[in-house]
Amino acid sequence: MTQVDVPLPQRHDVARFGATTRKDRWWLSPLLVLLGLSAFMIYTTWAAFQGEHYFFSGGGGGDAHYLSPFYSPLLFGQEGEPRWFGAPQPSWWPGWAPFSPAFLILMGPGMMRFTCYYYRGAYYKSFWGAPPACAVGGPHGGRYMGENRFPMIMQNIHRYVFYPAAMFVLILLYDSWRAMWFTMDDGSHHFGVGIGSIVLLTNAVLLGGYTFGCHCARHQIGGYLDCMSKRPVRKKCYDCTSALNRHHMKWAWVSLVWVAWSDIYVRLLSHGVISDLRIIF
Amino acid sequence: MSSGKTVSFWISRGEGDRTEFKEYSTTITEGMVVLDAVHQIQAESAPDLACRWNCKAGKCGSCSAEVNGKPALMCMTRMNDLDLSQPVSIEPMKAFPRIRDLVTDVSWNYAVKERIKKFNPRAPDSPDGTWRMQQADVERAQEFRKCIECFLCQDVCHVLREHGRHDRFGGPRHFVYTAALEMHPLDTENRLKGLKDTDGIGYCNITKCCTKVCPEHITITDNAIIPLKERVADEFYDPLTKLFRIFKPKREPRR
Repeated sequence: MTQVDVPLPQRHDVARFGATTRKDRWWLSPLLVLLGLSAFMIYTTWAAFQGEHYFFSGGGGGDAHYLSPFYSPLLFGQEGEPRWFGAPQPSWWPGWAPFSPAFLILMGPGMMRFTCYYYRGAYYKSFWGAPPACAVGGPHGGRYMGENRFPMIMQNIHRYVFYPAAMFVLILLYDSWRAMWFTMDDGSHHFGVGIGSIVLLTNAVLLGGYTFGCHCARHQIGGYLDCMSKRPVRKKCYDCTSALNRHHMKWAWVSLVWVAWSDIYVRLLSHGVISDLRIIF
Repeated sequence: MSSGKTVSFWISRGEGDRTEFKEYSTTITEGMVVLDAVHQIQAESAPDLACRWNCKAGKCGSCSAEVNGKPALMCMTRMNDLDLSQPVSIEPMKAFPRIRDLVTDVSWNYAVKERIKKFNPRAPDSPDGTWRMQQADVERAQEFRKCIECFLCQDVCHVLREHGRHDRFGGPRHFVYTAALEMHPLDTENRLKGLKDTDGIGYCNITKCCTKVCPEHITITDNAIIPLKERVADEFYDPLTKLFRIFKPKREPRR
């Protein structure tokens, strides 16, 4: 190997927290991320612990079928709700522990977002100050290890949480389709479009754009190959994923806000605070 | 600004650790970039101000510096994009040792590049010793060939700049270089172990600062670093992929 005499970099006063000569409002972006993610986590935790008002089956002209995405798929639920198993909660759930159907669900999409490359970069800056912003000193000094050691090396499980997250998108798409069928008084089902149907469909589409545009999907679909010209279908899929991936940050934020809004909408309907406008054919 | 406007500059001067900001004033006219202002200051009041430059067109990567705290090419930073109501600060890159004033020693980068496995093409496709490849296959690597080696990405990377991990981290520039080789349709070399162990790709925590400062607009993080991280995960952190490969018929790597 070629030997090169390389001088060691000299120490600069950049390893102090907040050290920078930047004159712009560098703190604004990480602050907004901090506030946005904190607000989402607080709301999600609150909504998960409610354990009720996550399903709306009322409304005028025909009964709706709106299920909050925080609770979908509804594995366990009350009588009359679209639960997968016929019990309000699993038999193995400890009696002393509070139960909500959302507890069984949120870990999947939550891990997808936690290990997502975009969110990692964002929360390392906003919550961990590594670094607080580009060309701004952080608080970690010589202790920084990146994603080389436990626990951060576990971020490599992103690919394993991608597949369940993709399944959730398919389930939410089914939910939005189901939300377009309304049960009339005589028991017949009629196709229709309500505001709730649009809210849930938009949610599934946005989550799909986020999930299938993730870097892991891009790699699994074709990024690991050096030659795709002989695989035209795979190349097309890779190009589509890449097109989504170019705006991954936007998909991440819009889908995050919309999934919370979808839960709020179903919750408000269930509480009777608002009514759902709809056209039934 | 056509009639000229007097602007203050704080320029970091000195050698080694003996440095200080010195204030200079010069008249800025329409169309000037920061490098023009530095040259004007050299001509008017600081003939001994050291500054590396060459093409003045954003293609040689020589005039890398930090303007108002942000890594940038001085020749591509327009004065009218800056807030001129307060002094404009100009400093050398902070991830590398300063030789003098705005000039830094970037030779560490060449040493790192030296240790990366070189291009190793497969056997020629034709008897005349030539290869055939499709544009669709090579265009991904072509983006990385735009790099002008200005090392702004290395400068802004906190792993080098703040944590000084030069001994175990290659930095964004060398991940781009590795990606250009690793994703090349003709290349047969495997650089993943080097990426993980010697170049420490795990230190990168995807802050995308390198992408933001790249004057060639190379999507460093999304198109080079993350795909390489995924390939490293394939090789070292994914037991299912490893298991799958045991039963998969052997073939030439990733073709």
